[in-house]
Amino acid sequence: MNKKISITIDGKEISAEEGRELLWVALENDIFIPNLCALKEKDRPSASCRLCFVEIEGFPRPVTSCTQPVTEGMVVNTRSPEVDRLVGTAFELLLSDHRLGCSKCPKNKACALQRIAKERKLKLKPKRLDKFEKDTPIDDSTDLFVLDRNRCVLCGRCIWADRHIARVGAIGFSQRGIKRKVSTFGDKLLKDSPCIECGECVEVCPVGALVFKKDYGK
Amino acid sequence: MELLEGEKEVIISQVSEILGKHKHNCENLVPMLQEVQNQLGYVPELAMEMIADSLEVPAVAVYSIVTFYNQLRLNPPGDHQIRVCMGTACHMIGGQIILNSFERRLQIEEGETTEDRKFSLERVACVGCCAIAPVVVIDDLVDGKVTPTRVDGILLSFENSNNNEGKKEQEQKPVERGEGQE
Ligand code: SF4
Ligand code: FES
Repeated sequence: MNKKISITIDGKEISAEEGRELLWVALENDIFIPNLCALKEKDRPSASCRLCFVEIEGFPRPVTSCTQPVTEGMVVNTRSPEVDRLVGTAFELLLSDHRLGCSKCPKNKACALQRIAKERKLKLKPKRLDKFEKDTPIDDSTDLFVLDRNRCVLCGRCIWADRHIARVGAIGFSQRGIKRKVSTFGDKLLKDSPCIECGECVEVCPVGALVFKKDYGK
Repeated sequence: MELLEGEKEVIISQVSEILGKHKHNCENLVPMLQEVQNQLGYVPELAMEMIADSLEVPAVAVYSIVTFYNQLRLNPPGDHQIRVCMGTACHMIGGQIILNSFERRLQIEEGETTEDRKFSLERVACVGCCAIAPVVVIDDLVDGKVTPTRVDGILLSFENSNNNEGKKEQEQKPVERGEGQE
């Protein structure tokens, strides 16, 4: 275990293990920082959701807290106009092609997007961007769970779980840009892929894209 | 896409040869895929599976890379390759409508090849003649100011020319046979 150091987040003095990522230090001390793509067990954060920005004294611009190791005496502010602008825009972009309909979503009230919107007073229906309706068919071919890509935020957590927890290799990202999606090899149905239906990917999905069948229609 | 007769054997032998030339590590993935495409004209699923096996990664990881790069094709090129321009000028004047017309007529999507392998459809970004947008390039022929009706015309001309070729062959055959008999 690394040595204990002391840092300040939003004026609160916190003791932390040197070198740990700032995001986890903050979250464990009940200081909320929006995040989607981070997983504690990951060796290397993908830093792809761009929601966990914070301001650190002495740094010229906001940094992603999931990639930032803490050092002695670090002074952190989780909010600033610049941070809010970055997070707000990233959130708008994510929501611009995310199927809402929360009341019908099995993840309603347990969804990471709803939490972020509430904490940061952001709108789930951003006005500035046109809505892009993906309308991809839902894959409900397995007995255990459903994959609704229309609700996916491309955080990559399911893919990490598939490779590193389940060690299966059934899913990955395919395409790029607006077409990027979670795929099986050759875009087959999950039931025709190497998927063993262990449900590890469902456990880590922060939104309503991967949901156990038993939770559907609840 | 269904493999044709004998195609599987060709893929296996070509890919094995390419795998033999490279160290099996992930840095060589893209060069290997490029060679596969050079040899076969596209990257078939079987090739991806063989490469994935040799690198000891899941096949879907190779699929991720192949679908990421525009350069790599998932489907064999058709006898006639249709490229619809989606550069700025063509995009603004409705290139998407032209692409959609082709997709509807051929019943395939962009990046795919018809079942009979006659046509493949792609989008390209600016072929350099924006003044005649929207532009379509069929094989080596550039066609400008294309409309959905023109799309029908283009495809019809291929059907006709193919029929003619067919007829010619039929007409020629009896003659040849005639000569042979003499
Ligand atoms: S399905 Fe869920 S876990 Fe997987 S990338 Fe999409 S949002 Fe993330
Ligand atoms: S949690 Fe840091 S970028 Fe996603």
